[in-house]
Amino acid sequence: MNAVVELQQPARVDAGIDARTVVAAQDLTRTYGVGETAVAALRGVSLEIPRGHLTAVMGPSGSGKSTLMHILAGLDKPSSGTVEIDDVEITKLKDNELTKLRRRHIGFVFQFFNLLPMLSAEENITLPLSISGAKIEREWLEELLDATGLADRRRHRPAELSGGQQQRVAVARALVSRPTVLFADEPTGNLDSQTSAEILGLLRGAVETYGQTTVMVTHDPKAATIADRVLFLADGLIVKELGRSSQAEILETLSEVGR
Amino acid sequence: MRRVAIRGLLARKLRSALTAFAIVLGVAMVSGTLVLTDTIEKAFDSIFSSSYAQTDAVVSGRKLVEWSQTGKATVSPDLLRRVQALPEVEAAAGTILDMSGDANQAKILDRDGEAIQGSNPTFGLGVDPGDERFNPFRLVEGDWASGPNEVVIDLNTADAQGFRVGERVKVAGEGPVRGFTLAGIVRFGDVDSLGGATIALFDVATARRVLDKTGFDAVAVAARDNVSAERLIDAISVALPKSVEVKTGSEQAAEDGEGVGEFVTFIRYFLLAFGGIALFVGAFVIFNTLSITVAQRTKELATLRTLGASRRQVLRSVVLEGAILGVVASAAGLGFGVLIAKGLTALMRAVGLELPQASMVFATRTAIVAMLTGTIVTLFASVWPAVRATRISPISAVREGGVIVKKPSRKTLVVGLVLSALSVAGLVNGTLGDDVSATVRVLGVALGVLGLFIGIALIAPRLIRPLARLVGLPGARLGGTAGRLAQQNAIRNPGRTASTAAALMIGLTLVSFVAVFGKALLASDENNLRKQLGTSHVISSQSGWDTVPLGAGEAAAAAEGVELASAIRGDRAQLRGGGEVDVSGVDPATIGRAYNFEWIEGSEAALASLASGGAIVREGLELPGGGKAGVGDRIRFLTPAGKRVETVVRGVYERRGDLDQLLGQVVLSQEAFDRSFPRPADLLTLVQADSTAGLERALAAYPDAKLQTGEAFIASWTKWLTDVMSLFYVLLALSVIVSLFGMVNTLVLAVFERTRELGMLRAVGMTRRQVRRMIRHEAVVTSLIGAALGLPLGVALGALVTQSLSQYGVSFSLPVVPLVAFVVVAIVAGVAAAVLPARRAGRLNVLEALQYE
Repeated sequence: MNAVVELQQPARVDAGIDARTVVAAQDLTRTYGVGETAVAALRGVSLEIPRGHLTAVMGPSGSGKSTLMHILAGLDKPSSGTVEIDDVEITKLKDNELTKLRRRHIGFVFQFFNLLPMLSAEENITLPLSISGAKIEREWLEELLDATGLADRRRHRPAELSGGQQQRVAVARALVSRPTVLFADEPTGNLDSQTSAEILGLLRGAVETYGQTTVMVTHDPKAATIADRVLFLADGLIVKELGRSSQAEILETLSEVGR
Repeated sequence: MRRVAIRGLLARKLRSALTAFAIVLGVAMVSGTLVLTDTIEKAFDSIFSSSYAQTDAVVSGRKLVEWSQTGKATVSPDLLRRVQALPEVEAAAGTILDMSGDANQAKILDRDGEAIQGSNPTFGLGVDPGDERFNPFRLVEGDWASGPNEVVIDLNTADAQGFRVGERVKVAGEGPVRGFTLAGIVRFGDVDSLGGATIALFDVATARRVLDKTGFDAVAVAARDNVSAERLIDAISVALPKSVEVKTGSEQAAEDGEGVGEFVTFIRYFLLAFGGIALFVGAFVIFNTLSITVAQRTKELATLRTLGASRRQVLRSVVLEGAILGVVASAAGLGFGVLIAKGLTALMRAVGLELPQASMVFATRTAIVAMLTGTIVTLFASVWPAVRATRISPISAVREGGVIVKKPSRKTLVVGLVLSALSVAGLVNGTLGDDVSATVRVLGVALGVLGLFIGIALIAPRLIRPLARLVGLPGARLGGTAGRLAQQNAIRNPGRTASTAAALMIGLTLVSFVAVFGKALLASDENNLRKQLGTSHVISSQSGWDTVPLGAGEAAAAAEGVELASAIRGDRAQLRGGGEVDVSGVDPATIGRAYNFEWIEGSEAALASLASGGAIVREGLELPGGGKAGVGDRIRFLTPAGKRVETVVRGVYERRGDLDQLLGQVVLSQEAFDRSFPRPADLLTLVQADSTAGLERALAAYPDAKLQTGEAFIASWTKWLTDVMSLFYVLLALSVIVSLFGMVNTLVLAVFERTRELGMLRAVGMTRRQVRRMIRHEAVVTSLIGAALGLPLGVALGALVTQSLSQYGVSFSLPVVPLVAFVVVAIVAGVAAAVLPARRAGRLNVLEALQYE
């Protein structure tokens, strides 16, 4: 089933943000290994991510959701199929071009925060800009620090911050370059429920306030409630799709697609 | 647990190999040195024993002085006849065949008319071919030399120069150059190569003329059947004059080899010292690597503890790891030693020290010493990491988080400070202290330097932060974010960076010390020679320390355009009640204008009194009673030929510096010198001349005579110092290379440890090139920290030692160019060390790195 997902009108779209597709994937397959031991992680996935939407990707472990995200973000290459980000076909790009594309178009939030221990919170946030040699916009940085509540902790090292604070630094780092798409890989996977809620609030806030297009891989039904759209993967295929849903609806769908 | 240690080593092959290499090089240096010096010793042994291979007894002059220019007493033809007449004697023959000193020198000229040289001996020898058994040479081609116009040369020289039997070959002995017909080509006994030495072989009568000798160097004797060696020697000794003695062939060979033997022993310990330094640096590297792996394996070791392993078992497994590394590395080093021996031979040749070769000698002792030193050093370095491993508590197995960075402890700092302070005290006392015995001095300096290295390595973790900030500045500017991150990476684990840098520091300290000390010595030596020399030109031999035939000085004096030519004879003598001294024979009429005397006692008038049999001595000459020689004191000495000479001191001239001297400790008139020494020759002729054209013409017949301006002469006479410095640099490079392996190791471990971080950096937009640059910059920051520690330390040590020698006119000055060169070397070393780790880091797969636990 090659589910080409029809775009739903977003539940809420801020003025000035158009709903054009920013990420488009065609017939993605990904096979690991060769011969008899070959494992198909993706078996033909097509999807489109509209600008200004938060899309959640869910599914049981082994369903291919992480593989899908890695391919969409240009970290992995599909065995077949194409991915376009902002009309650029990234599946054809060489390593260096991909790196440059990530600088301009993509932000990451990881499960394990992945901050550099020897840098301060602020230095960690601006790291992508200094890597690409881009100028730091002071105002934007201050706004991010305020939004993430880190203004008074900007000089602290990661070791001096709580897990939630560290993940907030990671979110700010992902936003600092105003990426075309923000990918979050289990952003709450390593946090307790209270701090999880904080981080989810931040992510949703970015969508609302800045129209930040976001793709989030999660197995946490509660996390998926902030999504405008939830895609369910099973055995390498998109098997179901929901619009904005409650935790109960999501749980039900999950058990439906075979957890 | 034993399996854990072995499997652990195997699982980390690259790291284990890199770690082992730190020891391999040091061990290779040790075993290479032993192989090389054993081989040289064997080669010399065979040279000397070949001279008397089938001889039952040898009659020769007593050896009274090592390295004499004029040679020991000769044996008269009359004595040969008397020996031949003895009933115990079957046959006896006289030879001119002493290869132990500098006395039998005859230079063969190449096709361009230049003396074939180097700093190698150029033997002129005489053997009558008659009795095969007394002739150590084997004819390869042609025939033996007979008559005044024939010569035979050795195979190596003939091959190298392309000389063919029948052609004319020019030879310069103790007189002008003469042409000879090449009668044949010989090989010397079983010796493969005489090093760079050349041999010109004549019949005895011709050899005497060429070398200006009378009699024989030795009479070789064969006993009749049934006559024991003792009986033969007893029979011969009855008839001997005092200056001559009789020995068995092997005794004589051993005596001939004494001087060379001491020299080889010196080379052996000299080279072993560098092996020791390399092993010391290797110990640092091993210590550091094992410490890091223990830290990285915290979880694994803690898990073993939870499974019931005792602290003792953990300790044993880490020490066992060290032991295996040590044994394997030592065995590899033993093998590599053969290559090092070859390399050392090439190195010696490069500084003009070509040594004879025999087939390689690989003694059991070499294997034992190399295996033991390598293994013990490695074990020693693994003890502390092993102790640290035992301190890991089982709970660490379940604790979150990766490697815990240990804060540099206060205790370490205190120990480091105390050790450094003690070492500095020892150093200062050893160099500048008054009334300190030589033993205390040497111990103070040696232990002081060693202690200072360890002390600074202990303090270094505290210095890493400011130093990294300083030396990382240019990199951070140039390298952008990668450079800045590298700088911060270098200070993340100060202890680790400190001991990595400390290993490099050792080598850099020593080379900087050599640069400072060498520069000071060179400057003072040149300065002192300049002060001594009062003429525009100097005639010396090509090598500088051989003598030039008397005719050369006389020809120079008579040459057109020459205002003044003052020849200086030279040889060594045995001072009665003292050691060996250099004796010079000067022309009292001219020497005062050619050499700038400063009188401590006596005056210019002392020179005139030389003509009437007096002597002048250099300041500080020790008398048998223990006092210093002064005007009126009697001096008695024995010449190499056994002649007793007695003279009275008429003046004491100022000693300038302790290195190169134009005049000996005892200066006689030429007449007195020529009366006392059998075959006088000039060491130097000091010449004042406006033009050199006439001089050059006059010297054309003396190919070994080298005319130079005063400055050029000083430069060539002091070249040995520059050569020694280069030798030190090359040998110390070994320990720098060892520390490089440490750097590679630390970086590989750091890359491994930061896998996920590198993945994140790549994900947020760092290119592979930037990743590589980051690692490279970190390496350069580390190596520059090594330089920042090592160069000042070396300069300070150099300043201390030069200060202690200030009374000899040695003064400190900063060798800017070498120091800048060492900084460049450090940077290059860092870049080189980063190649492998940077490539690994650049190749990391982003996805795998991100998922890496």
